[in-house]
Amino acid sequence: MRDGAHVVKIELYVNREGRSVVARPADTLLHILREELGLTGAKPGCNNGDCGACTVVMDGWPMKSCIMLAVEAAGRQVTTIEGLRDTPIQRAFAEKWAFQCGYCTPGFIMNCHALIQNRPDATDEIITDWLQSNICRCTGYKEISEAVKSVLVTGKDTL
Amino acid sequence: MSHMDHLEVVGKSILKKESPDKATGRAKYTGDYTESGLLHAAMVTSSYAHANILNIDTSAAWQVKGVRTILTGEDSHVLTGEEIRDRPIIAKDRVRFFGETVAVVVADTEAAAKQAAYSMIVQYEPLQVVNSPTQAIRKGAPLVHPNLGQYKAADGVNPIPGTNVASLIKIRKGQMEKGWSDSEVVIENTVSFAPSDHAAMETRSAVAEIRPDGHIVIETSSQAPFAVKKYMGLYFNIEPGWIIVKTPFVGGGYGGKAAIQLEPIAYLASKAVGGRKVKIINTREEDMVTSPGHIGLEARVKLGSTSKGEITAAEIIYWFDGGAYNDKSSDVARAAAADCTGPYAINNLYCDCMTIYTNHPYASAYRGYGHAELTFAIERAMDALAEKLGMDPLELRTMNIVTPGDTSPTRNMLNSSNLGDLRECMRRLRNLSGWDEWKVKQVDANKVRSKGISCGWKNSSMDPNASSGAIVSFNPDGSLNLECGVVEIGTGTKTVLAQILAERMKLDPSQIHVKFTIDTAITPEHWKTVASRGTFMGGRAVLKAADDAIRQLLDIAGCVLRVDPEDLEVGWGKVFVRSDPAVHVDFKDICYGYTYPNGNSIGGQIIGRGHYIQRQMTYLNPETGEVGPEWNVSAQAVEIELDISDYNYKILKAISVIDAGKVLNPKGAEGQVMGAMSMGLSFGNRETFIFNDQGIVLNPTLRDYPLIRYGENPEYIVKFIENPCLEAPFGARALGEHGLIGMPAALASALSRAAGVHLNHLPLFPERIWRTKMRVPYDTV
Ligand code: FES
Ligand code: FES
Repeated sequence: MRDGAHVVKIELYVNREGRSVVARPADTLLHILREELGLTGAKPGCNNGDCGACTVVMDGWPMKSCIMLAVEAAGRQVTTIEGLRDTPIQRAFAEKWAFQCGYCTPGFIMNCHALIQNRPDATDEIITDWLQSNICRCTGYKEISEAVKSVLVTGKDTL
Repeated sequence: MSHMDHLEVVGKSILKKESPDKATGRAKYTGDYTESGLLHAAMVTSSYAHANILNIDTSAAWQVKGVRTILTGEDSHVLTGEEIRDRPIIAKDRVRFFGETVAVVVADTEAAAKQAAYSMIVQYEPLQVVNSPTQAIRKGAPLVHPNLGQYKAADGVNPIPGTNVASLIKIRKGQMEKGWSDSEVVIENTVSFAPSDHAAMETRSAVAEIRPDGHIVIETSSQAPFAVKKYMGLYFNIEPGWIIVKTPFVGGGYGGKAAIQLEPIAYLASKAVGGRKVKIINTREEDMVTSPGHIGLEARVKLGSTSKGEITAAEIIYWFDGGAYNDKSSDVARAAAADCTGPYAINNLYCDCMTIYTNHPYASAYRGYGHAELTFAIERAMDALAEKLGMDPLELRTMNIVTPGDTSPTRNMLNSSNLGDLRECMRRLRNLSGWDEWKVKQVDANKVRSKGISCGWKNSSMDPNASSGAIVSFNPDGSLNLECGVVEIGTGTKTVLAQILAERMKLDPSQIHVKFTIDTAITPEHWKTVASRGTFMGGRAVLKAADDAIRQLLDIAGCVLRVDPEDLEVGWGKVFVRSDPAVHVDFKDICYGYTYPNGNSIGGQIIGRGHYIQRQMTYLNPETGEVGPEWNVSAQAVEIELDISDYNYKILKAISVIDAGKVLNPKGAEGQVMGAMSMGLSFGNRETFIFNDQGIVLNPTLRDYPLIRYGENPEYIVKFIENPCLEAPFGARALGEHGLIGMPAALASALSRAAGVHLNHLPLFPERIWRTKMRVPYDTV
């Protein structure tokens, strides 16, 4: 009988630390981050790639950790919300009231963080293109927009 | 001594106390907790909307390594439901909606539990499906609950056994014959929308454990941990003291997490494995269909008016689609019935409000509690009446709105404290929306812009004995801990309560430490974190607790300073003599007792307690009504741009003017309203379960059930007027739901104007506008 007990050992680099984990080949990165490494900042919202709550940064780019296998992350640099400390985007989210329940927030912040690193001069179109991969059910997105624009080079003067 | 005047803290955009936790990923939600030894539960759910369960073959599931137990409907005979005890915890003999829990597997790991659940083979015998309220009330319709007459129903719920009517509420006022004979113009309008979902980003989860001493400990993502305690006690015949419910941060509720559903499953699962801790967490699909969602509605509204536009009569029939089990839907309908006319003074009124059983996923509370729904029905009828009268729709509304001196549909007397100032809201809306400049205009060959408006009111509609409590306790440094039962679901209420406490104590809000996690063993009860009632009720309790603490401070300070406590005042961390503030003692020197130089000590830690219960609430009389305590109002507008070549449209602008009574935290209030507006627009524009003709939900994922995303939002304009409610803390009225209430109606109004048709069915997919325009019938899915 299949029992799902077959496991592999993986070397992960999470938040600049090397971590060895034992995982089933079918385990998603999200599952391993949360259940094995205790990094529960990344949230499951759909486990289907639809909501972005599980977004982490992978080698500098945002990645939905629910649709990536943990084994695929081996040898790559993973940053989760726990790996950010007092960054401008975190401060902006708090100061601009860019969250209510906060469940979507780690995913949004990670996506915004990658956007700021990759496209500090992002236009409205680019911001929309990036942030449409995440859902916030609580806010009307206005505050999220203000938060990200307050950190982007392009948005600074317009606010 | 710094000078902090009254209302120094209240009315400021104090940053939310939970912000640092939430911006760093540290905030913990129920699903985030884990520990070794924890068992995991997974569900098998029904693939039919209505069927007999013939057999459940668990043999393959038992072969999966790590399976500890498997539960089916045979394992519990308890029926649950707050209004009608009609719902088994796990379906028994029969399933009544697509997604209903049929079996539960408990295993060592989530993966094993899921694998076992997938291996289960359930044999069904399909039954005829009741796929809408219309079908449900047809003669000879199959009965969703043949045993309706045998269920226990709460006070005020009026089921009609032998039918699919879970509850009927009648509201009668004035004389209909006179109303109709006084009318010169009559219109009749019907509206409908199917059930949909709350779609909170955090799916529901629960963890249960039965401790060796008998305590049942439940951790749950709930808006109503105290109700979980109460009803678990009731359902399983356990004294509530043995039930401890804990709730950390909740990832969005909107009413959906006020229902009790996963908790009994987790409890049964734990019981079956000797009390070990068992965790159950909904998949997105389960959260959408297995757990309760947003109610549907079919409604017919007939209005009569004079040729000048004065409404003389209304006949309103609501058929709420409450789905397969009643849960809170008959209570949502009760709330809608009590405010059935919308905010209009109509003296001759006939309203039948029915909650109908169908084979749809069942409904619980949803932000607005029946009011966005009734508002859609009424406001579409108001537009139809305005059109027939050839009147400006805003004029027609202004002419008929409720004002102090009128009575509510249930004949409550309205005054300026228990009723917000709608006239002023409308006056502001008229200016903000530029209503008098244009209502519809052609932008280019294909694009038409237009505006729509809507007015709304809402009563809190809570249980008559709903209460709230608060405890404030001092720390040795003179700062305060605030503990109360409001769940932090994203509304920022605990920060507002801290502001209220700081205001009363005349302390800096940084001196207030707020406890977020609810633990029903020690946290004072707050009925449910619903109905935008946290600030009102929690605020009153906090004020009382503050006063209790102040009295204790004055007593001990009176001894220390050798003055009459009557001559003392508190503020800025001190108790001082009113006429000579230089004579004072610091909080920190008395709040843990005072020690005299020789070591003698008096007093002890100061702990203030307060509670609040709503006054003069009554059960709704099914024939005439009676409800309270206050109605809050809003006027809203939406501006759209419709492309008449393909019927796609953009929502350009959405405006809300709300009578907030008093805005306690401006940024927080504005955010609540914008979020509610977004949800209302999403409901009006795109959200619905899509049912096939067998009642199967075809879109239970966030991919097929699209929510508004970044950049799809309109420009928001939110304005408050401040006409205080005299019973509320600092006059603050409820506002967490009002942003939502009028959005679907205003959107439909604007689109109808642009397309030149009457749009009465939600959601307003472009295809639906096209079909209405082209008179292509829409499938009644
Ligand atoms: S949980 Fe990964 S996208 Fe929703
Ligand atoms: S803050 Fe609740 S989902 Fe975004």
